Amino acid sequence: MRKLQRPMVIATLLLVTCVSLMGALQPIALASSLIVDSDAGASKLVDAVQSGSSPKPNLEICAAPPTSGAGVTSIFEPNSPPAREIRDLSYLVLGICLAIFIVVQGFLVLAIVRGVKAARTAKDNPTTTSSEPQQVYGSVPIEIAWTVIPVIVVFVLAMVTIRTIRDIDATTPPEGALAVTVIGHQWWWEYRYTVDSGSALAEQTTLVVTANELHVPVGRPVSLRLESADVIHSFWVPRLAGKTDLIPGHTNHLWFNAEQAGLYLGQCAEYCGTQHAHMLLRVYADEPAAFDAWLTAQAAPAVEDPLVARGRAIFSEYACLNCHTIAGTSAGMFGPNLTHLASRDTIGSGTVALTRASLRQWIDDPDVIKPSCNMPSLKLSADELDAITDYLMTLK
Amino acid sequence: MTTMSPHSTDETMKPLSFWESATRWTMSVDHKKLGLMYIAAGLVFFLIGGVEAALMRLQLARANAGIIDPETFNQLFTMHGTTMVFLVGMPVLLGFGNYLLPLMVGARDMAFPRLNAFGFWLFIFGGMLLYFSYVGSEGLYGAPGAPDVGWFAYAPLTSRTYSRGNSTDYWILGILISGIGSMTTAINFIATAICMRCPGMTLMRMPMISWMMLVVAALVLVAVPVLTAAQVMLLFDRSFGAHFFDPQTEGSAILWQHLFWFFGHPEVYILVLPAFGFVSEILPVFSRKPIFGYGLMVAATVGIGFIALGVWAHHMFVVGMGPTLDSFFAASTFLISVPTGIKIFNWIATMWGGRLRFHTPMLFVTGFIAMFVLGGLTGIMLATVPVDWQLSDSYFVVGHFHYVLFGGTVFGIFAAIFYWFPKATGKMLDDHLGKWSFWLLFIGFTLTFMPMHISGVLGMPRRIYTYEADRGFEIWNLISTIGVPIQMAGVALFLWNVVKSLRNGKPAGDDPWDGWTLEWATSSPPPEWNFDRIPTCTSARPLWDKKHPEDPDAHYE
Repeated sequence: MRKLQRPMVIATLLLVTCVSLMGALQPIALASSLIVDSDAGASKLVDAVQSGSSPKPNLEICAAPPTSGAGVTSIFEPNSPPAREIRDLSYLVLGICLAIFIVVQGFLVLAIVRGVKAARTAKDNPTTTSSEPQQVYGSVPIEIAWTVIPVIVVFVLAMVTIRTIRDIDATTPPEGALAVTVIGHQWWWEYRYTVDSGSALAEQTTLVVTANELHVPVGRPVSLRLESADVIHSFWVPRLAGKTDLIPGHTNHLWFNAEQAGLYLGQCAEYCGTQHAHMLLRVYADEPAAFDAWLTAQAAPAVEDPLVARGRAIFSEYACLNCHTIAGTSAGMFGPNLTHLASRDTIGSGTVALTRASLRQWIDDPDVIKPSCNMPSLKLSADELDAITDYLMTLK
Repeated sequence: MTTMSPHSTDETMKPLSFWESATRWTMSVDHKKLGLMYIAAGLVFFLIGGVEAALMRLQLARANAGIIDPETFNQLFTMHGTTMVFLVGMPVLLGFGNYLLPLMVGARDMAFPRLNAFGFWLFIFGGMLLYFSYVGSEGLYGAPGAPDVGWFAYAPLTSRTYSRGNSTDYWILGILISGIGSMTTAINFIATAICMRCPGMTLMRMPMISWMMLVVAALVLVAVPVLTAAQVMLLFDRSFGAHFFDPQTEGSAILWQHLFWFFGHPEVYILVLPAFGFVSEILPVFSRKPIFGYGLMVAATVGIGFIALGVWAHHMFVVGMGPTLDSFFAASTFLISVPTGIKIFNWIATMWGGRLRFHTPMLFVTGFIAMFVLGGLTGIMLATVPVDWQLSDSYFVVGHFHYVLFGGTVFGIFAAIFYWFPKATGKMLDDHLGKWSFWLLFIGFTLTFMPMHISGVLGMPRRIYTYEADRGFEIWNLISTIGVPIQMAGVALFLWNVVKSLRNGKPAGDDPWDGWTLEWATSSPPPEWNFDRIPTCTSARPLWDKKHPEDPDAHYE
């Protein structure tokens, strides 16, 4: 038994030291991450990968959506307080798990090496060794040790976890947060900027409704109210915050605070049906002035260019208006609001870049870009397609 | 066969016709025949589920690939998950329980042999009903198609509105029927372990695997009825206009998640505890030492059984349960790692100081321990709620549970097949081929599932039929796919090994591994009545006592 006890004691000591060290280091790491931010340079990896990526085979006219070099969605490249706290906690847990992994696998390898050697020795010296190794049935002190030590380790983990849960608690958004309601649809995102958003528009009663591209001001907390119009979806932009589900009949909350201007990507993370894969998230963190300008532009009525009156007429004549809202023209609710469609970078919930060609293709037959999505092909003539595309392209 | 059973001389001499033997198997209520049929049927479904997985990996090898359309892909992952959990994991493990439990507690059969046969046929028909959906169901646009709602079938995606046609009804009924089969088997296990033990075998002398099967049966009895009830509710929602899970009419989508995971998490332990049992039987025999800390192992097993019933909502940290519930379920989940850790430490201590013989079963068992440790540790990471907010429903989770269920359960099953094949057939499996199978599976498995952790951390959600090219997912997905043919080669080699060894394998004899439990005290294969004379038991290792009368275990109890 002695043989077994000594290494076990050393191992447990090692483990306890590792865990307590990491527990002590965590607040320091937290503090330092508030001062120094080392999130630049993340895009290098992406650029390298991007250069080797393949074009969409069946969509020559449809370019991949622009990402302005912000393709990273790694949870280890946070740019917002909740995501950063989670990153730091991940490092701590990863460290503890790695320590346990090394100790356990180390003992496993050691046991194998010793056991194989013992078997060989016994085989080579059949006369001097007993027919079977010493029969050990257990050892109460050792068994107590490896019951108690894991209890201590998981206690530390539970405490750190609960503290971080409280820190990130989404039910109480930070003060002065911009409030946006997110409504999940099969398979696109609806965003509603409510009147009490505290922005320059606060006094007005205008309600900005847009889709698929969320604009937020840099450096100001954003509080999302998460709802669903149909099935369960999940809002996940890894660099800003952890994910939270959008559940019909159950309102959830999520907050983040983008600390650098730029585009943050993500996508729906709860399986929601056929096109779950193309329910992509794009969050634009704009400078405050740019954000206010954007919000004002979105609140303005739709452009009415007499040159494209025919396209507008076709839009109103056909089934388009059943699903889509264009302020002043139609009020459908099943599809994305198109009042300022042409101000967006992408269509199909981030599936392809918005160009005249891709939009025309989409109206002609959305299945080519996003198979089995809920928008039907209306079988328009080429002439009608051109007219309606021209009209929609004016909706800046 | 060197050890032809003296009892069967009149029957085994003349070969049976195909129909005669088919009738014997289908009409049988013998726990051994039923056990083998469970395992064989489970392996057939394993191959089907494996092909489904391979097709998905083919599609995901490149970004924006167009090999498989989204509907088909969604059916593939639904059927892969459902098949592997309900039609592979459960039946194969229950099959081993069926085969081994009466033999290892020294009984002539299960407590209720007819109920046993009933349970098996329910499983078969449930599985066939599920797969009949591919041709018989009326899916979207009237074309037949398998269920495509995911294996945990979250409401309200399963409602009439979002899941048209009746493929989801096939999912409900197929699983419901095989679930009833599992419940009958669980009742049988409990009755057998409690009431049918041979003289001298107290509960604390039961082989470890019998303890595991007892706890598994208890979990099945508590957990599966909840799933069955939820499925009946869903059936009412879909067919008779009930509103249990319909949020539009005051129903609750979250209720389904609670009911499903109240079943779903114990299910994970139902799938892994029997594999723990295989390890706890095989490891001592190949280390030539008794299991380290038998009493603590039993306590840990029972402890896992209880705690497993109180951790279900750790699958739901992203539904917004609030800080209090999140904290509670994080704590209970951390707690369950304690008894699980005890098991791993005790296994290593069993190997420590032993004389290890690395035949194929031992190789798989060692692989099991190494892989399961990794799966357990990533489980701890996921139990850390804020980390789960990032990693839940990402490929990290897919990597995590494949380490538990493939590196764990499936490796355990392979170990068990190599270990007990000689008992069931009287022939040895080829050890050399077996080792090739192990290394191919091990390498292929690591290549496929290790990179999934990375793609998850990089932000790749699970259940997407394709992904964007600019996110850095592609290289890791490509490596994952490269692992697949290597695993397939390992499985093919194993199947060839089975066929070859059944035809002309080395005769096994009654006790090829120098084992210590009662199944090695009867002939290989055992007669229908298992033992001519019901054995008696003097310790947890009855055959050790017989082989070493000078130093029996009974002295140390």
